[in-house]
Amino acid sequence: MKIMVAIKRVVDYAVKIRVKSDRTGVETNNVKMSMNPFCEIALEEALRIKESGLASEVVAVSMGPAQCVDTLRTGLAMGADRGVHVEAAGQLYPLTVAKILKSLVEVEKPGLIILGKQAIDDDCNQTGQMVAGLLSWPQGTFASKVVLDKEKQLAMVEREVDGGLETLELDLPAVITTDLRLNQPRYATLPNIMKAKSKPIKKYTPQELNVDVKSDLEVIQVTEPPKRKAGVILSSVEELIDKLKNEARVI
Amino acid sequence: MIKLMDKWRITNHLLKHSSKLLFDRRLSANSHNSVFRSALECSESLVKRGFGNASTIRYRCFGSEATKFERNAAFSTLNSEDVSYFKELLGEKSVIQDEDVLLAANEDWMRKYRGSSKLLLQPRTTNEVSQILKYCNSRLLAVVPQGGNTGLVGGSVPVFDEVIINMGSMNNLITFDKGSGVLVCEAGCILENLVSFVDDHGFIMPLDLGAKGSCQIGGNVSTNAGGLRLVRYGSLHGNILGLEAVLANGDVIDMLGTLRKDNTGYDLKHLFIGSEGSLGIVTKVSIHTPPKLSSVNLAFLACKDYFSCQVLTYLEGVRNPFSSSMHNFYVLIETTGSEESYDREKLEAFLLSSMEGGLISDGVIAQDINQASSFWRIREGIAEALMKAGAVYKYDLSLPVEKMYDLVEKMRQRLGETAKVIGYGHLGDGNLHLNISAPRYDDMVISVA
Repeated sequence: MKIMVAIKRVVDYAVKIRVKSDRTGVETNNVKMSMNPFCEIALEEALRIKESGLASEVVAVSMGPAQCVDTLRTGLAMGADRGVHVEAAGQLYPLTVAKILKSLVEVEKPGLIILGKQAIDDDCNQTGQMVAGLLSWPQGTFASKVVLDKEKQLAMVEREVDGGLETLELDLPAVITTDLRLNQPRYATLPNIMKAKSKPIKKYTPQELNVDVKSDLEVIQVTEPPKRKAGVILSSVEELIDKLKNEARVI
Repeated sequence: MIKLMDKWRITNHLLKHSSKLLFDRRLSANSHNSVFRSALECSESLVKRGFGNASTIRYRCFGSEATKFERNAAFSTLNSEDVSYFKELLGEKSVIQDEDVLLAANEDWMRKYRGSSKLLLQPRTTNEVSQILKYCNSRLLAVVPQGGNTGLVGGSVPVFDEVIINMGSMNNLITFDKGSGVLVCEAGCILENLVSFVDDHGFIMPLDLGAKGSCQIGGNVSTNAGGLRLVRYGSLHGNILGLEAVLANGDVIDMLGTLRKDNTGYDLKHLFIGSEGSLGIVTKVSIHTPPKLSSVNLAFLACKDYFSCQVLTYLEGVRNPFSSSMHNFYVLIETTGSEESYDREKLEAFLLSSMEGGLISDGVIAQDINQASSFWRIREGIAEALMKAGAVYKYDLSLPVEKMYDLVEKMRQRLGETAKVIGYGHLGDGNLHLNISAPRYDDMVISVA
């Protein structure tokens, strides 16, 4: 069984981000970019499934500008067998990504797709669900535990939901999106980095996959959240009541 | 600004008064002599073999093996009049006699040394420091300057009942020149706060150490702290452009220049850097900060033997010999540059060829900032981990790079099963942190060593 993992190149989680002066987005020039942490977890899970003998191959997919290849190389260094880069300029929204993934599924025919639950730059939390919808595949999102049953072609997924943990049984092929507690991703070791250099990365364009990248969404403005106003230290209860009555008007 | 003649006058003044300075030499029961003797032996054997520059190694005369010493009777004892004076001078809030606070301030980070001071002062200005010292000088009250109290060798706490002068309230950032990167701040600024501040402007501090969350820049300067960036940015002697300090009798000496090059008069600030508070209390610091480079790469490497580590003379060495993994040595290397992909390629090429050449047995490259932080946590947390493992005897030694590990092996031979010997430090600087970890503090370990 082949597993396809989608990985996204995002601004590194630990970077202090700034909004661009023209307010069209977040500053990404000269800023450290890395693999989305949830995608890392997705890839780690795919690798563990392969290492336990339940899958034959892990294919990492990334979409975007040329630098996505760096992220794919990291994925290959972690242990993915092959990479696929869909080169596209400009912003790709979840629906477009889902459509591209659907086209790739028709080419690669994986038995399982694993994605991160959301990307840390847009926090959309939509791609996994949309892919499952487009393919009419079952989905197990926010997975905190995944157990595969090869003979019965099932995936048992424990999900983190508001009320606690929910366990689902999905028929394969299926879509799983990963949550934080699923696993701890491995480091890229030097021997694997060396091996990754010779692993193939196939390139596509959205046109080749018959996907139109024009989106119905347009980001109009990005602004910083309003600065927290300084607190005021009051000198007496009377002053507090006065302020609550006359300034905040809550009593 | 002090003119040439003034500088000369002050030097004279310093030298004359240094013997009268309120100064504590710490000779604890954990005497350093045995280790230095071993270090001397290493140097000796080097000289005997006529090994290159070894003939220029000087022998230092270390103090006698005094295990007990007494409070100097010449110093006065604190009385209530003194406390009132300080309260009037500094205000009630800056004069602390609270037992809990004093308990913490009297004890060092390692929990090895404890003084019995009854008074903690927190001056907020240089003038207050000056008045305090003037008064203590006239009353012959012993004092100990204290910063973040993160020192690992007992230098920041009182031996007896010295008045603790804590610089933590003098934590203002005075100026920062965004063009030249020169930062002027008060001595009580916490290093990590300075790091965040200059980071916002695209600069970094030239020194970085595990204690950055609590250590203060005045303490760093007074102890000539090295840290994790020394091999790249040099020591504080090169990065500190100026200082303001208060001498033991209350005189304020203003050497707070901000110029990269200043050859006027005697460069007295160098005497203060590393003087550990014995010449005066540093109150303000002017430091040159290098620009922050955008691409940082971090690699954690494992080596089979010490010889291989040396050849990777990049930044620093990490060793964890008693780890359960197969490797004998670990090295953490950080590179900074302006272009990430180029730097990464260079680093990978170097590491891969080192691996093929057998210098490295295994290694990992951090893929994002989180991974990098966790690697650094391992290295920066060694001191903390050793403390939790039991009793630790610590020695900080500078040795020729190729001889750095010999001392560890020699101590291992001498101590056998009684204690574990851990060596880690800064490979690029030739700085070894020799640590002897025993289940508990035991004079026997010292006597064997």
